[in-house]
Amino acid sequence: MDRSAGPVGASVPRVDGIAKVTGRARYLDDLDAPGAWHGVTVRSTVAHGVLEAIDLDPGFDWSQVTVATAADVPGNNFIRLIEDDQVALVPIGGRVMHVDEALALVAAPTKALAFAAAKAVKPRVRALPGVLDIDSSLAVTQKLYGSDNVFKQFLVRKGHATDAELEAAFARATKVIEGTYWTSPQEQMYIEPQAMMAEWDGERCYLVGSMQCPYYVHKAMKAFLDRDADDVVVSQSVTGGGFGGKEEYPSMLAAHVAVLAKKAGKRVKMVYERDEDIAATTKRHPCRTQHRLAADANGEIVAIDVDVVMDGGAYLTLSPVVLSRGVLHAAGPYRCPVVRVRGRVVATNYPPHGAFRGFGAPQTTFAYERQMQKLALALGEDGFAIRKRLALRSGDTTATGQQLGFSVGTDEVLAAIEKVAGPPPARDGKAANGAPLRRGRGYVFYFHGAGFTGSGEQRLAGKATVAVTAEGRFEVRSSSTDIGQGAITIFTQIAASALGVDPASITVIDPSTAQVPDSGPTVASRTCMVVGGVVEHAAKALRAKLEQWGAANGVVGRRGVGAEGAATAETTSVPLLEIARAYARKEGELAELVTYEPPPGIAWDDATYTGSAYPVYGWAACLVDVAVDLDTYEVAIERCVQAVDVGKAINPSIVKGQIEGGTLQALGWAVLENVIYKDGKVANANMTNCIVPTFADAPELETVIVECPYPYGPHGAKGVGEIPMDGPAAAVANAVEDALGCSFDSLPISPEVVAASKPRWRLS
Amino acid sequence: MNITFELNGQMHSVEASPWKRLLDVLREDLRLTGTKEGCGEGECGACTVIMDGEAVNSCLVAIGQCHGRTLTTVEGLATGDVLHAVQRALVACGGAQCGICTPGIAVCAAHVIDRGLLEGADEATARTKVRELLAGNICRCTGYQLIVDAIVVAAREVTR
Repeated sequence: MDRSAGPVGASVPRVDGIAKVTGRARYLDDLDAPGAWHGVTVRSTVAHGVLEAIDLDPGFDWSQVTVATAADVPGNNFIRLIEDDQVALVPIGGRVMHVDEALALVAAPTKALAFAAAKAVKPRVRALPGVLDIDSSLAVTQKLYGSDNVFKQFLVRKGHATDAELEAAFARATKVIEGTYWTSPQEQMYIEPQAMMAEWDGERCYLVGSMQCPYYVHKAMKAFLDRDADDVVVSQSVTGGGFGGKEEYPSMLAAHVAVLAKKAGKRVKMVYERDEDIAATTKRHPCRTQHRLAADANGEIVAIDVDVVMDGGAYLTLSPVVLSRGVLHAAGPYRCPVVRVRGRVVATNYPPHGAFRGFGAPQTTFAYERQMQKLALALGEDGFAIRKRLALRSGDTTATGQQLGFSVGTDEVLAAIEKVAGPPPARDGKAANGAPLRRGRGYVFYFHGAGFTGSGEQRLAGKATVAVTAEGRFEVRSSSTDIGQGAITIFTQIAASALGVDPASITVIDPSTAQVPDSGPTVASRTCMVVGGVVEHAAKALRAKLEQWGAANGVVGRRGVGAEGAATAETTSVPLLEIARAYARKEGELAELVTYEPPPGIAWDDATYTGSAYPVYGWAACLVDVAVDLDTYEVAIERCVQAVDVGKAINPSIVKGQIEGGTLQALGWAVLENVIYKDGKVANANMTNCIVPTFADAPELETVIVECPYPYGPHGAKGVGEIPMDGPAAAVANAVEDALGCSFDSLPISPEVVAASKPRWRLS
Repeated sequence: MNITFELNGQMHSVEASPWKRLLDVLREDLRLTGTKEGCGEGECGACTVIMDGEAVNSCLVAIGQCHGRTLTTVEGLATGDVLHAVQRALVACGGAQCGICTPGIAVCAAHVIDRGLLEGADEATARTKVRELLAGNICRCTGYQLIVDAIVVAAREVTR
């Protein structure tokens, strides 16, 4: 395997690159699993009801099949996450809360037999009226959660104490812009479907699968299987994409294969079919954002009032945290003395909506960046100029009263866009087939809090270990998974730099709860910034101990240590490995376990939702040029430039890949992606109809990496994974508005939507 | 029934139902797991293989159709230890992220390059052609930019 990951700041090839281009990387379904049975899930076809019975077709030969139900669950029949509210299997007499909810499980020696058996399991569900929109949920047409169907609500107030004071601020304004914005559910569409395998050895359950967060699965399975920590071992297999979609859902598969494997006495594997994956697993929360924005005679924003309602689906799952991030970004990165943000996430009878890159922020970013565009139009100001004039900078305060200090890349990202923007494209044109085109340009500016919200990182206390093994190799042990974003390469670079050794002497081991500490989940743009920082500290601590031991024991390397015993990368690059080998021969393993420590001055008040919502923010600006085909109403993205302040690019090529991948997901969400529900069921549960951008749909993406270092991140790095998802959709909407002279306030801006807007066009 | 075909330069004979998907024969019977299943309906291209000089989705090909044919999978792209130019370029340019679509893309791109479909094209034309010719291979990670870079780099190297 190629182990040439080099120093920090270089675009060294990924350490898993060769394995991936040759097809040798083994994903869950590629693993040798002799004798493994195949598990299949029997699902609800109704959105809401009561499970009265589960019948087995007496005409079917059940001799080769294991059937499991809620009665077979060894422990607590819930997927433990924030609350114990989502059942792993609906018990007889229990509520069915959404279409495609798991009611029973089957396993059989072959896939074909397992699918046939699943069809022969006949659940009887007494249907109840479903709650399939947020207004019905808020009106409590059916009680789905608590007394009001609200999973969680937040209120942020800045610069006022009462609603009357807020309204007074609006009353003093010379211009008030109001809008209601709808964003659609979005499918993560990782190309490797959800996959998991379980095997029991006595009382111990081994789980391996495609996942972002081994310790989430571990926590859920301890309760579900009623086992001690050591008796649940969760390992990640090479994972073919996640984007949030493998944050919480893998625990569901783990529960299912574990209970089947126990009952069947076999190793059991479950790999979702694509239609099943799209239908049953999480989507981005659909969201309605109502936004009021007030400006004074000088064009300054004087008040912002936002009301966010997200559709959480049938269970609470991660919704409170998604809402939190949406709320904390809802006022946008603009100066404003008076802000109110109200947020609610409500229960409905859809499959639970969940984590997806951006995690609530893309929804509210779409709203505030449409509002800014409307303000620009109302003031007769250029869309770029208004953002530059009103953007937050160092010294300003956010909606939660956080005064910004370091690493605020506003001017740098705006300058980067300004530099390359050039004149807008010709307004009118012709497509290759002669169709008339109408072009427009849109700008957006946005920010994204890196790491967990508020005091989340303190609570998580993420850990990582850097060790010299008994065999004299360096090892990085963390539960941060590489899901394609390059975690193992970045960690190798960071550790190599801190140790001053050849990256080829470092292995980042595959995460297994039996071998790695809990670094916290692989989410929230935190892997490089937070866990990478812990890896750096652990590597430095290990290096110091080894050098001390080497000096005390007279072990020096070929080239000796530096002049005054000073440790520099150059002078000790060979010796540290030799010291490590000598240490290993004499003493065995040496492991340095380090726990994350938050930077000083981070204070967050969960009760009032004020203070430092995030230790640092990424900043970004984006320019989009569109061409609307006036015959087919298709919106083609002709140009997309994004400038992102990432603090420091540990590996610029990997950072570019993150930015561009996130950007295209946002552009897809803007114009062509959508999940269509009908009676609570996904109506387009296949890749033919639930489309994502192809090579041919994607524009050439222009990416500018901006580096305003974060003093507490490794080498200045801060989060990058999510921010590119936040802004581009609004940039598209702003560009289409520029082209057609009318507003687009919901996603996607599909040909149908553009066609319907025709009466509103103002083609000057 | 018995089906015989040439795969990655070697003759293979399998005993299988003629309706079994080529994808399943490769992965299950021959344990060549480099060819991936992403959708099972010919939309994502993760299972792309070359069959008698054409890129096909192996999830849509029945093994019965393969008798007497010549097949190349991702396992057959390298010559001994020497990777195909496009495999090297995908690594060098950062064109692989999660990697699940990568074998299909490598196979399709190698096919495009080896058939000379990008020969003589200037940079912009080559990029447009790559986008058209690989439109059947979906990648959700990269935004395609670095993959297009890699394929154009590899095509140039091969032409040279």
